This record gives sequence, structure tokens and C-alpha cells, in this order.
Amino acid sequence: MKIIIFFLALLPLDRLIWLGLTDDLSANPIEFITRSTGTWALVFLCLTLAMTPLRLIGNSVAWIRYRRMLGLFSFFYACIHFGIWLWLDQDFDLGAMFKDVVKRPFITMGFISFVLLIPLALTSTHWAQKKLGRRWAQLHRIIYLIACTAILHYWWHKAGKNDLDTVSIYAVILTLLLCCRIPYIRKILSKRSNT
Amino acid sequence: MFTNDPKRLSQEITPKTVFENRRELIKSAAAGAFGCALAPWFSREAMAANPQKLAATLNPAFMTKDELTSYKYVTTYNNFYEFGTDKSDPAAYAHTLQTRPWTVSIEGLVKKPVTLDIDALLKLAPMEERIYRMRCVEGWSMVIPWDGYSLSKLLNYVQPLGSAKYVEFISLADKKQMPGLGDNIIDWPYREGLRLDGAMNPLTLLTFGLYGEMLPKQNGAPVRIVVPWKYGFKSAKSIVKIRLTEEMPKTSWGRIAPREYGFYSNVNPLVDHPRWSQATERRIGDSKGIFAPKIKTEMFNGYGDQVVSMYAGMDLKKLY
Repeated sequence: MKIIIFFLALLPLDRLIWLGLTDDLSANPIEFITRSTGTWALVFLCLTLAMTPLRLIGNSVAWIRYRRMLGLFSFFYACIHFGIWLWLDQDFDLGAMFKDVVKRPFITMGFISFVLLIPLALTSTHWAQKKLGRRWAQLHRIIYLIACTAILHYWWHKAGKNDLDTVSIYAVILTLLLCCRIPYIRKILSKRSNT
Repeated sequence: MFTNDPKRLSQEITPKTVFENRRELIKSAAAGAFGCALAPWFSREAMAANPQKLAATLNPAFMTKDELTSYKYVTTYNNFYEFGTDKSDPAAYAHTLQTRPWTVSIEGLVKKPVTLDIDALLKLAPMEERIYRMRCVEGWSMVIPWDGYSLSKLLNYVQPLGSAKYVEFISLADKKQMPGLGDNIIDWPYREGLRLDGAMNPLTLLTFGLYGEMLPKQNGAPVRIVVPWKYGFKSAKSIVKIRLTEEMPKTSWGRIAPREYGFYSNVNPLVDHPRWSQATERRIGDSKGIFAPKIKTEMFNGYGDQVVSMYAGMDLKKLY
């Protein structure tokens, strides 16, 4: 099952490569790749956050087995998203990059999301999990903050053109997923599955 | 890629079908290989139009050394929110637009207010082909051979009154033809405007075609404005009304986000958009490949010598 999910998770990348080879990445390939990878990073973030509620509802720990891989795929697409921006929008000029990060709130939020994902990806191994013990769980709660900064990044990007339909859907999904973490709702979810 | 021979029309220079055939082949092979529901997601081909020729004579005074953007990109990568907010939406959904019958009324502070049929407009002045750079406020640009004539010819025909200071352009807004009107992003109809001197500038083109063909619907058929020294959104599409006024018209984007879209909106690399720098731009279909670096944006999109005098004494950082 894990291997199937692995290959499914690579499909968005396969698609980009395929569209690239057939000269079909739209008139603005860089924008297309940037937006596509950004969207998929967000989708995998949602999927990662969906594993705990699914575990509670289904009363099955099976879901947790996929959580790390999904989280790493979120990081993987975020890396491409960030890398393309750093390369083709900032021309690897770190000074210009930081100026942009400070000056433009939507980029600030995107940058924070990316930077915060790094420690989570680095400590995603079993070894780190054991080594960190209880602190591991505390550290990985950063994902809730990332959910907020990531959606703000997307929201503010779209706000100027008032084009908020798609981003609203993601915002609702993320809000619901975060609500599942509220102890009271958590209890309701796991009770339901026990009856 | 250009010679100075005005008889050589651009549609001869850039054959748009050459590479499409090859790609169709690759694609049908791929569709077979995938043979599943994912195939459309892996291919984003837009519908083809059925274009009508439009005879125009290349005006050598309005040429550029820049390489033309392919017909395919010019007609499939559009901002035309009346048909949806995605760049590919206009090409996919604009077929419902009825471009005939079509009239444009010119009213307001003019001596001869008039409503002209599109056929009358087409014949009002000789059709010229001009190659303009088009810089979008979003940071990308194209080079497009437009067909039309200077808006000043139409304005002179209706004779602006001395009190007229501005020209407002109002686009069609019809829910039956334009699925994007369901979105309340813009307070429809789309409105744009120019100061009268800008509207009378010979560069400002009343446009009926591109690449020697009648405008494809997604590009603002049957008649639009092209103002090459301003960001693309100033160039209103599918115009039904032109109004001369004394007051500065309230433009659509200006109402939504005045900090981002000023009335003048001259291309200006020194004035950043709040969300990105305007110092550089990405040239669509850059022949250096998809990872080509961005190019430097020029003041007034490189048309400074023809327009700078209109803005003498103005602080363009404030009046962006």
C-alpha cells in the first residue's frame, strides 16, 4: 500500500515532466510549475493533517503509517516551489531574496512555511523520533502553525485580484482539520468510532 | 526575424501549425499509453478558433526587433475575467461571445455622439499592422502584431469638446455570453480609461485583429484598445461604449485595489507592485527556453520617446 501511495504522490511531478517534454506547460511554464508545486505542497499538507482525524474516526492506527511519507511529499513539492522561485525569480541573489521576504507579506508567509518545514523533515526519521522522545511530538506541532502561514501565503497572493474561491476551499479544509485537534472535538471523534 | 518589407505580413513569417502537428502525434501516442482518466490532466490543449482574415498593411513606423510571441501563446494565455480567472479560461470559454451584430456607442463630451456598427468601424480608417510589446502588470510580456488604426481617428470623427479631459472604455457585460460574470470579482462591466492626450496619442490603437486575422474572441473581439506603454489591463477588450468625460473615470481595477492599479499604470520598472517587483519581466515563449532568465523592464515599456512628454512635471512614483 505504501508503495502505491508513493507512486501516486509522484504523479504531479510526472505530469510536470510530461507536460514539459510535450511542450505543454502553458505559455508561462515557470509560473505553471511554481503554482502547481505550491498547490501540491498544500494538498499534501492537508493529507498529512487528515491522518490523525482518520485514525480517530476509523479507530485504526493504519493511517499514521502514511503520515510521514505524505508530510515529506509536502516538503518535497515545497522545495521545488521554493527552489524555482529562488532560481528564476531571485536569480539565487540571497540579498534580493531577503529583501523580498521582508517587504512582501505573502512572500514572508511562504518563506516562514518553507523554513518551518525543514526541521520537521529533518526529524522525520524513526531515529530522531526516539531520540527526541516527547519533544518530538511538541516539535511537530509546528505543522499547525505551518498550516496557517501556508494558507495566508496563498490567500494574500490571491487577495489583490479578489480571486479567493479556490483558496477559500483550502482554508475551510485546513480549518476543519485543525479543529479536529481541539480536545473536545477529538473526544467526540474517537467516541463515535467506539460505539 | 523581420525584414523591412511592408508587404510581408506576419502570418507568413510565423507559421503556427508547423509544430502543432508534431505535438498532436506525440500526444495521441501518449493518450494511448495512459489510456485512462488522467490523460486530459496530462494535456492542456485549448480549442482552436476559426479565424477570419483581416487585410492590414504593416506600418514600418511601429516595428520592433523583439521576436514575436507565437500565435498559440497569444491566443491561449489571456486575462479576460469575463470568461474566468484562469489564463486558459478565455480560450476555453469565449466561444459563446457573439461578436456580430456589434455596435460601439461614442458618447459624452463630443460634438457628434454616434453609435457605429462594427462593419462601419472596420472601414473608418485604413487597417494597419503594428508590432507592439505587451507588458502585463503580473510580470510577463509578449510581442504581438496587432491590426487596427489609431484611436485618434475615431475620436477626431466624433470631435471631442473642449471640456473633454478623459476617455472611458466600457466592455460588454452579458451573463448569457460571459460565464465569468457569475464571479463578483469585478463590478461589471469592466471599465478602463485614459487621459485624452493618451487616447489621442498615435500609439493608442483601436484594434480589430492580430496576426492578420480578426481578433480571436479570447483576445477581446471584435474591437479592443491596445495601449502599449501601459500595463496590459489598461487595454480594454470587447468594447461597447466609449465615453468622453471631464472627470477622471473610475477604472475597474482601481476600485478594487487602488494601491496596486493606479489610473495611469504606465509601465515603470521603478515602481513596484505591492506584491512583486516590476523591474523585470518574463517574456512568454522566450526562445532561450523555459528556464531563460527574466528580461529588464523598460520605462514606458520602451515607448518613452513617444509618450514621455505627456507626463512632464508629474511625479510618476506618486501618480503610478
